[in-house]
Amino acid sequence: MSKQKPSDLSLIEPVLDSYAEVPGSLIAILQETQAAYGYLPMDAMEYIAKRTGTPIATIVGVATFYAQFRLEPVGKYLIMLCQGTACHVNGSELISAAISDELGIHDGETTPDGLFSLEHVACLGCCSLSPVMMINGTTYSSLTPDKAKKVLRSLAAESAEGGASA
Amino acid sequence: MRLIVGEGSCGLAAGAGAVHTRLQELLAEANPTGVELGITGCNGMCFLEPIVDLYDDEGALHRLVKVQAKDADKIYQAATTGDLSLVDGLRISAEDAEFLDKQTRIALRDCGIIDPESIDDYLAHGGYQAITKILAEGMSQENVIHEIDVAGLRGRGGAGFPTAFKWRAARDAKADETGQKYLICNADEGDPGAFMDRAVIEGDPHSLIEGMLIGAYCIGASEGIVYVRAEYPLAIIRLRKAIEDATARGYLGDNILGSDFSCTLRIKAGAGAFVCGEETALIESLEGKRGMPRLKPPFPAQAGYWLKPSNINNVETYANVAWIIVNGGAAYAAMGTENSRGTKVFALSGKIRRGGLVEVPMGTTLREVIFDIGGGIRNGKEFKAVQLGGPSGGCVPASKLDTIIDYAELSATGAIMGSGGMVVMDESTCMVGMARFFLDFTAKERMLEILSRVVDGKGEEGDIEKLEELCYAIKDGALCGLGQTAPNPVLTTIRYFRDEFEAHIAEHRCPAGECRELITYYIDQDKCVGCTACARQCPVQAISGERKSPHKIDPTLCIKCGNCKTACRFGAVQVR
Ligand SMILES: Cc1cc2nc3c(=O)[nH]c(=O)nc-3n(C[C@H](O)[C@H](O)[C@H](O)COP(=O)(O)O)c2cc1C
Ligand code: FES
Repeated sequence: MSKQKPSDLSLIEPVLDSYAEVPGSLIAILQETQAAYGYLPMDAMEYIAKRTGTPIATIVGVATFYAQFRLEPVGKYLIMLCQGTACHVNGSELISAAISDELGIHDGETTPDGLFSLEHVACLGCCSLSPVMMINGTTYSSLTPDKAKKVLRSLAAESAEGGASA
Repeated sequence: MRLIVGEGSCGLAAGAGAVHTRLQELLAEANPTGVELGITGCNGMCFLEPIVDLYDDEGALHRLVKVQAKDADKIYQAATTGDLSLVDGLRISAEDAEFLDKQTRIALRDCGIIDPESIDDYLAHGGYQAITKILAEGMSQENVIHEIDVAGLRGRGGAGFPTAFKWRAARDAKADETGQKYLICNADEGDPGAFMDRAVIEGDPHSLIEGMLIGAYCIGASEGIVYVRAEYPLAIIRLRKAIEDATARGYLGDNILGSDFSCTLRIKAGAGAFVCGEETALIESLEGKRGMPRLKPPFPAQAGYWLKPSNINNVETYANVAWIIVNGGAAYAAMGTENSRGTKVFALSGKIRRGGLVEVPMGTTLREVIFDIGGGIRNGKEFKAVQLGGPSGGCVPASKLDTIIDYAELSATGAIMGSGGMVVMDESTCMVGMARFFLDFTAKERMLEILSRVVDGKGEEGDIEKLEELCYAIKDGALCGLGQTAPNPVLTTIRYFRDEFEAHIAEHRCPAGECRELITYYIDQDKCVGCTACARQCPVQAISGERKSPHKIDPTLCIKCGNCKTACRFGAVQVR
């Protein structure tokens, strides 16, 4: 595995200050850690182990059990594509194929430019407007392969614009 | 005049946010007649989102549907001038309005009516009357539990256990020297196709808080925890605000309403694991561990969160409680059947015409819910089956549509009441594919292997029997409820759709035309008008033909992506 550059551990200092001593807070700490880095860097987990006195094996065990936690960095846009029953019945597989076709990535992968990651999820609770995907907190409903591609293109364009002006 | 925009997750996904923003801009520019702009949660008519409710000066409701941002100017004009004919084109049709008229709403009583971010609105609609009554009249724990018992309320999270029984067990359980007991709300809502709990929390969070307060009072808990799944960010935001507001007004905290009853409430966000909906796995997760189910007994009532006596109920269960205390258990029990009292909320989705939330008295038939309220199947297709109860449930075929909603009657079909997800399927849904889909969910590798070869047209004789045997073996050997029920979707699809399985194996044919390996796309030469829409959408140039004359698909090039079928407006692209 390639060596990742060390994480700025000061980012999680506040979380640890308020939670390190509270029993049962490991999931909350990991959630805040992921919010800070976009994923769970190994050195951050080691630091959490040290500060909370929890064995690192326990921490990694919890991190790998829950679908929400990621051990690798994700793209700027995280596409959560619903593969729940209602979405399946309404053609989510075609949407998945369209996304793969557009971006060249599959479930769990990130585009080489680091812009998009694709993750299949179970149900987003918008089943009556299926198929559905959620990208960085925004839900897109009643998708067709075409509509899904358009959403991705407009996000890519938006990002390119933002990049040029920055 | 008041304009109320429906802003549940579903409304927002359909574009309600842009409508709201535009109305706000217009009203900020000029608002001579003092039009008010507000929000509400999901009223259940997801198929008509975004929805704007216009209340005129007499208080009469004019419901505007499928509103887009561009319609905002018209609505603004109508509201500020009083000329409502301007929005006639947006009004809900009489037929669609029946969707709500045929329901009986108790758990959803305020959803889509009140502003979920305003405690005053909840109070104005009779909120916190139940807890006020209990504390002011000094009702005993047993008196309150008795009312719930008379109501016949059973858990809405799936298993249907009598709520009063659980509350008595937790009340009678002896606490240790700390005296600590906990009341937990299961808002993990893991079944795909279910979104009742999300709608209640997003649309009426105080009704959950009030139900939990009453539960905490009955069992003697001073702390409540709501475990909300990670995929529901809006629910978490609204519930957090509701808890803050209720605390500020003295409905939560120390000495509630001047009594000696004290209780706090907090939220714990889940982290995405289906099994955490199971109550003991949920408790493990609350303790910050991997969500592995515990062996029962001991039950949570004896040794739950941190091994203290704990009671855990589903969101919808709690949402019924305040109503029962205010209206009396007998009023609730007057609805429904002998063994299943009151109402149940269902989430309708799939190939249904009117997808959304439906609350009906128990005893209503599946047909009434799906056809009379849900409007039947979209695009004039045939109903094939309805999936009830999520991955632990099963598929009910057309021949069983007159089954009534009742815990025992639904179990007799091989499905279960479950938490209330109803995913409707039509003739184009392949049942073998459905069975495989569900196992994917509960990950049973050997069964998957067999089903995958059937779906790919490589099934062997005896595969169906092998699957059935495996299902029973899993049921018998299972430790927790998940294992015991996980084979249900497979067993019911085999039971009711055996011919479809046989067609896949013996004839290498998918009757629904869905399994990619077994189908060919072709163009009906009589229906094709030569518009070229399909050819333009084909990513591999497998479609040829002159403009204005019928086209053809080259099966050796076709990758079966289905683009052509979606593109065709004449129904000429077909599969066999
Ligand atoms: C695998 C599995 C998943 C479950 N998921 C949920 C769920 O998402 N929501 C829920 O309320 N109950 C769920 N349950 C049922 C709970 O274990 C428990 O019975 C319920 O929360 C009790 O509340 P009630 O009595 O109000 O129904 C699940 C059970 C199993 C076995
Ligand atoms: S099944 Fe996709 S949102 Fe529920």
